Amino acid sequence: MACIEARGLRKSFGTTVALDGINLRVEEGRILGLIGPNGAGKTTALNAILGLTPYQGKLRVLGRDPWAERDRLMQDVCFISDVAVLPRWIKVSQALDYVAGVHPRFNRAKAESFLAKTTINRASKVRELSKGMVTQLHLALVMAIDARLLVLDEPTLGLDILYRKQFYDSLLNDYFDRSRTIVVTTHQVEEIQHVLTDVMFINRGRIVFDCSMEEVESRYLEVMVHPEQIAAARALKPMNERQGFGRSILLFDLKVAHVDRKQLAAFGAVHTPSIADLFVAVLGDRSGSPAGQAPVNYEGAPR
Amino acid sequence: MNTQSNAMPESHLETQVVAPAEISGTRRLYWSLRRELWEYRSIYVAPLAVAALILFGFLISTIHLREKMRNALTLSPMQQQQLIAQPYNFAALLIMFTTLVVAVFYCLDALHGERRDRSILFWKSLPVSDLTAVLAKASIPLVVLPLVTFSITLVTQLIMLLLSTMVLLGDGPGVAMLWAQLPLFQISLLLLYHLFTVHSLWYAPFFGWLLLVSGWARRAPFLWAGLPLLAIGIVEKIAFNTSHFAAMLEYRLGGSAEAVIAPGTVPMDPMTHVTPGHFLSNPGLWLGLAIFAAFLAAAVRLRRYQGPI
Repeated sequence: MACIEARGLRKSFGTTVALDGINLRVEEGRILGLIGPNGAGKTTALNAILGLTPYQGKLRVLGRDPWAERDRLMQDVCFISDVAVLPRWIKVSQALDYVAGVHPRFNRAKAESFLAKTTINRASKVRELSKGMVTQLHLALVMAIDARLLVLDEPTLGLDILYRKQFYDSLLNDYFDRSRTIVVTTHQVEEIQHVLTDVMFINRGRIVFDCSMEEVESRYLEVMVHPEQIAAARALKPMNERQGFGRSILLFDLKVAHVDRKQLAAFGAVHTPSIADLFVAVLGDRSGSPAGQAPVNYEGAPR
Repeated sequence: MNTQSNAMPESHLETQVVAPAEISGTRRLYWSLRRELWEYRSIYVAPLAVAALILFGFLISTIHLREKMRNALTLSPMQQQQLIAQPYNFAALLIMFTTLVVAVFYCLDALHGERRDRSILFWKSLPVSDLTAVLAKASIPLVVLPLVTFSITLVTQLIMLLLSTMVLLGDGPGVAMLWAQLPLFQISLLLLYHLFTVHSLWYAPFFGWLLLVSGWARRAPFLWAGLPLLAIGIVEKIAFNTSHFAAMLEYRLGGSAEAVIAPGTVPMDPMTHVTPGHFLSNPGLWLGLAIFAAFLAAAVRLRRYQGPI
């Protein structure tokens, strides 16, 4: 059974279309990165999946209709929507008590042992904790829940690099196994690239790219082309061209360009593109703006 | 008969086996209530503070207690009772007023605060339905605050009685008169009756309205709670030159005595004021409760749609 399945998922706010007929399927055991510029519909899509907003079209999460059965669904789904949602007045011990009180799958001992590795005081209120500690607390609560789907919407926004790294390390080492599914959105694409099994780009309410990481590695290549060979390389129809290290870097979709790795290696050094470069290439292409220019600032843009 | 009594425990056992990790609705409601008490500590702190203030004032007043009791000896038993009961009634009145104010402010913030501080996203990430959450919030003014009021008032009055007894001890017949004439049981019973009839059931539509506004307004729920009522009254006055709406509000707010207490009771015997039959047969009560239920249903629905503001 697919963990998340959507067909023709639509949502509009007045005349603004936030989701324009999305089809998607996320299998169990995947870690999907949902990447898109601000206002692309990422959060709307996640809100629909979490039963926080009504929608048109068909959507099933773990076999349930999220809007109709949010409270039932939340026994199997966890989410961290961004760092600032834990109520500021709550004490750490109260948060543990409450989640243990209402959630049948919460393992309090697990949460306690995770907290023991941090400097968080059980008697502190959330308002007394630093931003990083609040995220650690929220993560401790969520990781102690035996859920089947974890949704993370910008979970590390505003955290320093140490906390960000720790966050994803804990998630991978202490939480993830093949029976769970994680969906994550973030602007810090490069930091989660090695974590993901799948990646999806969303722009203007549509999914413009949907690919597993294995496929990304086998299908897309970047070549740092020697200046004298640039014309020949361009003739092979790269997806995108950008400048770096004084060279032109061309990004190829091997399937579309009908070339293989060997042919491209003749033009210069080849490597797998980063998600960020792929994102720029795909979105630059779709929005009709010249290749090589990002239509929007996708990295660390303020919300 | 036999098959029936056999079938019951079996089916009970079955449900236990099928769902070992289930958490009952009551348990979720209980934790939702505790969460309200954690957040809104004024629910018990405010009446406790007022109780402390009352006791402090009463302690000072005991300086003249012996003298007062000696003078009271010459009065009729009825007057003695009134004189002795007066501070106890006053304490109950003050604490009741406090919790009523707390209830109004609580209701206006209950569904607004969680959206303002975005914590609604955290609450909604847990398997607690909007109905449970809103019911927990509604039961604060309807059940919790009356119980808090009653307990704190009773304890305050007992401490007052204890203080008076200590002061009067060894000073003639004062203690005997105090214990003979103070109708503490009656005062308590009347208080409990009053709290659950008037503050809880009779005022329920107001609390429902406040909760609804708190769940709906993006800002200034206090204004939104009051202005529409004022607007309806003004429009009615201008359009029809009547004031039925204002009269209805006034009856709901101030006319509780005639709804709760049957006419023709003896004012000097408070126990005759407890007339639940009269209260329960008042159609106004049931109309009010129906309006309350409608407001609450709307608040539940709103919470489902609302996100952080």
